[in-house]
Amino acid sequence: MTTVYLVDDHAMFRSGVRAELGTRLTVVGEAGTPAEAIAGIRSAEPDVVLLDVHMPDGGGLAVLRELVGTPTRFLALSVSDAAEDVIALIRAGARGYVTKTISAGDLADAVERVAAGDAVFSPRLAGFVLDAFRDAPAEPMADPDLDQLTPREREVLRLLARGYAYKEIARELFISIKTVETHASNVLRKLQMSSRHQLTRWAADRGI
Amino acid sequence: MTATLPATRRLYRRPDLGRLGGVVSGIAEHTGLRRRTIALMFLVLTAAGIGVALYAAYWIVLPVPPGLPSTRRDLPTWLEYLLVAVVLAVVTGIVIWQGLGGGYFIPTLLAVVGGAFIWRQASDPSSRLTSDVARARLAIGAVLVISGGAIVLGGADFSAVRDGLLAMLVTVIGIALLTGPWWIGLVSQLGRERAERIRSQERADIAAHLHDSVLQTLALIQRNADSPREVARLARGQERELRDLLYGTRTTSGQLADELRSVVAEIEDAYAIAVDVVMVGDAVLDERLSAAVAAAREAVVNAAKHAAVTSVSLYAEAEAEAVSIFVRDRGVGFDPASVADDRQGLRGSIVGRVERYGGTARIRSAPAEGTEVMIRMPTERRTRSEQ
Repeated sequence: MTTVYLVDDHAMFRSGVRAELGTRLTVVGEAGTPAEAIAGIRSAEPDVVLLDVHMPDGGGLAVLRELVGTPTRFLALSVSDAAEDVIALIRAGARGYVTKTISAGDLADAVERVAAGDAVFSPRLAGFVLDAFRDAPAEPMADPDLDQLTPREREVLRLLARGYAYKEIARELFISIKTVETHASNVLRKLQMSSRHQLTRWAADRGI
Repeated sequence: MTATLPATRRLYRRPDLGRLGGVVSGIAEHTGLRRRTIALMFLVLTAAGIGVALYAAYWIVLPVPPGLPSTRRDLPTWLEYLLVAVVLAVVTGIVIWQGLGGGYFIPTLLAVVGGAFIWRQASDPSSRLTSDVARARLAIGAVLVISGGAIVLGGADFSAVRDGLLAMLVTVIGIALLTGPWWIGLVSQLGRERAERIRSQERADIAAHLHDSVLQTLALIQRNADSPREVARLARGQERELRDLLYGTRTTSGQLADELRSVVAEIEDAYAIAVDVVMVGDAVLDERLSAAVAAAREAVVNAAKHAAVTSVSLYAEAEAEAVSIFVRDRGVGFDPASVADDRQGLRGSIVGRVERYGGTARIRSAPAEGTEVMIRMPTERRTRSEQ
């Protein structure tokens, strides 16, 4: 069973998530501060960390920066809808971003997906990515492969933004789920590596 | 123009009050002295040899207050030139009579005219050295004043003046060194206090906002604790408002995104349902897009009424050639073929409304599979180029 570690400064929220995920996943630990989380994740070595974005002492970003490069994968979970929060976490290495309004079943799906190495795009994150890659950049692209989306990736993102699950996207576009996952992973990689002006500006605002 | 500026007392020439050019009346009004006193001062200065020139300088330089008819319009141009010529002749006469080298006449004249230039510029709050005219005026004034001073200094016993200046300079530097730290401390303390004041002001604003919104809503939720529907509605409305405050959905009114958000907010309140809105791009709202928004509204209302769900997702994307809106729920769904013709909601309010403006609307649904309404409205530019 996939192991999960919860990081959130609200104990109430942690216990809620623990109860919701308990049947499908193994919660191996939880922490309320970045420092506690870094130590706890190092010793528990979970498959996936559910990481709150806004916490005192540097928030989820501090945890990610410290543990980037370890085999543990991170899924950001937040109430924030602000684009800069989303983009900052993804660029720091998170494999996905979901908002706290997500249903328990969808959250468990997302954790398993991240554990399998896939990317998780909430409709809102898909919308942000489409927005960020929308226009042709004003300055010449440093790396055209990274700085723009393919038409197919755009289609996949659009369906994600409309609230489609990977399975539904595969059926809609007559492709396999595996292909949908590949497209999503490629988009995530572009999101992390692209030097597009908008992305770098968002990141620069957060000091990445 | 003066409504937003701090009330500055400006020196004007008041031809409407005075007998001659209005200079005396203007100065009297500006300084609050009696007119007779000013006139007397001019007479004394005339006796000293510079009164006439001074009056002429003021007459040339001082502006007439706005709203008053300019005397220049009343005086014929030739008369104006004649006056200037007379003044110049008098000045030249005095100069020749007194001799060029002698007395303080020329330096005083230069200083006075230069001073008038600078004074006029400084008293005009609307043009702070922005225009070339203003800069030129200031430069001319400064040159005149300095050359007046230079002539005086050149004529005087320079070594004594130099010693005096040197002594003064040393004293000033000494005082600056002695009191410098104290001044710096005072200035930075003022800055700190100001920052603190701004912070506490912000805190007070946030406290006031939380009191008006969150505390009120919490009170309402406690009172409606036995009605889950009402509690959900209140909580969702409050959540939306707080999000706007914290993350500032950057929408401008009259735009598609703004309209969609307000329409959605209204439905959330009316039907106690959560609508997740994702927007990509934005467009100016015209009557075609308004129709698309109205159709989308109908689609969300349908989902709220019939789909038996607690949340609906709405995705809108504005591209150069068209705006697409998708409304999707994961509810009970229905068989589109079996919808009775009299059900106005789908046919009239969604499909018909969009098609009237040249757009397309499709509805996809199946029992237990949820429903999606897809609306596509070409932009005006696009349709025009097709015609």
